[in-house]
Amino acid sequence: MTGTATGRPQAAPATWTADEMMSVAAARALRSGVVCFVGIGLPSTAANLARRTHAPDLVLVYESGTLGSKPDRLPLSIGDGILAQTADAVVSVPEIFNYWLQPGRMGVGFLSAAQLDRFGNINTTVIGPDYRDPVVRLPGAGGAPEIAASCREVIVVVRQSTRVFVERVDFVTSLGFGTGCGQRERLGLRGKGPVLVITDLGILEPDPQTCELTLTQTHPGVDLEQIRGATGWDLSVAAELHTTPPPTPRELEVLRALTRQGRP
Amino acid sequence: MAEIVRLSEAVEALVCDGDMLALEGFTHLIPFAAGHEIIRQGRRDLTLVRMTPDIVYDQLIGAGCARKLIFSWGGNPGVGSLHRFRDAVQNAWPRPLEIEEHSHAGMANRYVAGASGLPFAVLRGYVGTDLAAQTETVKPVTCPFTGEVLTAVPALNPDVTVVHAQQADRAGNVQMWGITGVQKEAVLAARRSLVTVEEIVDELQPRPGVVVLPTWTVDYVAHVPGGAHPSYAQDYSERDNDCYIAWDAVSRDRDAFTAWVAEHLVQPDGAAR
Repeated sequence: MTGTATGRPQAAPATWTADEMMSVAAARALRSGVVCFVGIGLPSTAANLARRTHAPDLVLVYESGTLGSKPDRLPLSIGDGILAQTADAVVSVPEIFNYWLQPGRMGVGFLSAAQLDRFGNINTTVIGPDYRDPVVRLPGAGGAPEIAASCREVIVVVRQSTRVFVERVDFVTSLGFGTGCGQRERLGLRGKGPVLVITDLGILEPDPQTCELTLTQTHPGVDLEQIRGATGWDLSVAAELHTTPPPTPRELEVLRALTRQGRP
Repeated sequence: MAEIVRLSEAVEALVCDGDMLALEGFTHLIPFAAGHEIIRQGRRDLTLVRMTPDIVYDQLIGAGCARKLIFSWGGNPGVGSLHRFRDAVQNAWPRPLEIEEHSHAGMANRYVAGASGLPFAVLRGYVGTDLAAQTETVKPVTCPFTGEVLTAVPALNPDVTVVHAQQADRAGNVQMWGITGVQKEAVLAARRSLVTVEEIVDELQPRPGVVVLPTWTVDYVAHVPGGAHPSYAQDYSERDNDCYIAWDAVSRDRDAFTAWVAEHLVQPDGAAR
């Protein structure tokens, strides 16, 4: 999906794609000094953009065991050589999960989703009602269930459409707020869960009373009806709806340099 | 003591039909050449174990070598789905594939338990997810000291583990560096093991962060330069990302895949290449 400040693709320098707006908005959510457990794809793009703009001391941790990676180009996988060669330390996979993630040392977990529901639960396992006979078999859990459980906060970066934003996920691969506020605490999970969902159309945050994802920001040029149309449930909208500040020329320049060098 | 042999001899001696087989390597150092040799030798009914099946298991599954897959993330990293894996699960092609599905944390701990000689491992994991209900090898366990309910996963002890490393010496001592994933645990957990290496050297040099597998922990070492391609071996090769991207089109189509196997893994007369 591409969009611009006017909702149409344009070649003028002041325009950007919806994906670029999403990466910029996600990067802005990361503060310098935070330790971030990074998933591959959209989260990795945003985390690397943050480290190259406003958050030079952002600590990037990848599940392949690299602590403090400082890649000069976007990795295609979570185990590209550049992540190990630029890391402060490389540890084994059992160690990354047991010593570094499980005790709650990670500030932010950065994830994506194939399906996401109104309580921020994530599905990356199967599409369809029957796990044993799936309509679509997806890659599965990877590190996500424990990232979602144990990072102090989770940020989800995902393109918004009715295919992805569903009333109820077909399979809970990684727990958000379950069926509502209090469930994470009852299950003994230590992390706060998804505090931000950043899409190509806007930003959603859990309502403090209900934990239901609520639209709090729209990206420039995106109207509310477009976002409702891309959401598979009756979307709650915050009383005070903000517009995301557009990408700065510097953010776009760094992002484009990263994506040109990196992924195809 | 590890014996240094040819790859084909090692596979023939170690891998039997029906075995539980683990090929490990977390993006880095994936033993592709060994996987291809197993396809060439036509092994069947394998229970394949691997955290990230990657395209090497897509190839083994598509070639009909596997009966079951124990895994935690079955995708083409950075590209998308594994289409042969997907076709096997959704359509039973070329044969039905039983799956036993975990998270990375669970799989890593299962290898740790296997390497430690313990029956199971304990972790904080799977809580609140639907995986626990679908996977019989995930159970709650109560801490005898605090009463806290945690998650138990059983040990993995493969019949055979195969890994790829940068170097071995002539006595069969192995060392690997960079991202070393879960390979040490997977080798120590296994009943038999094979390590393919980029290079055989007279003397192993100490390096920071290196993982050493002493010769008495490994059954066979085979000299297979480039044996991780299209994965990579740090300080020897780069990950061939174009190859991973190109695999998407090959693997989407059964005929294209079958032609790929015929071209790359079997000679026209059926003899091993």
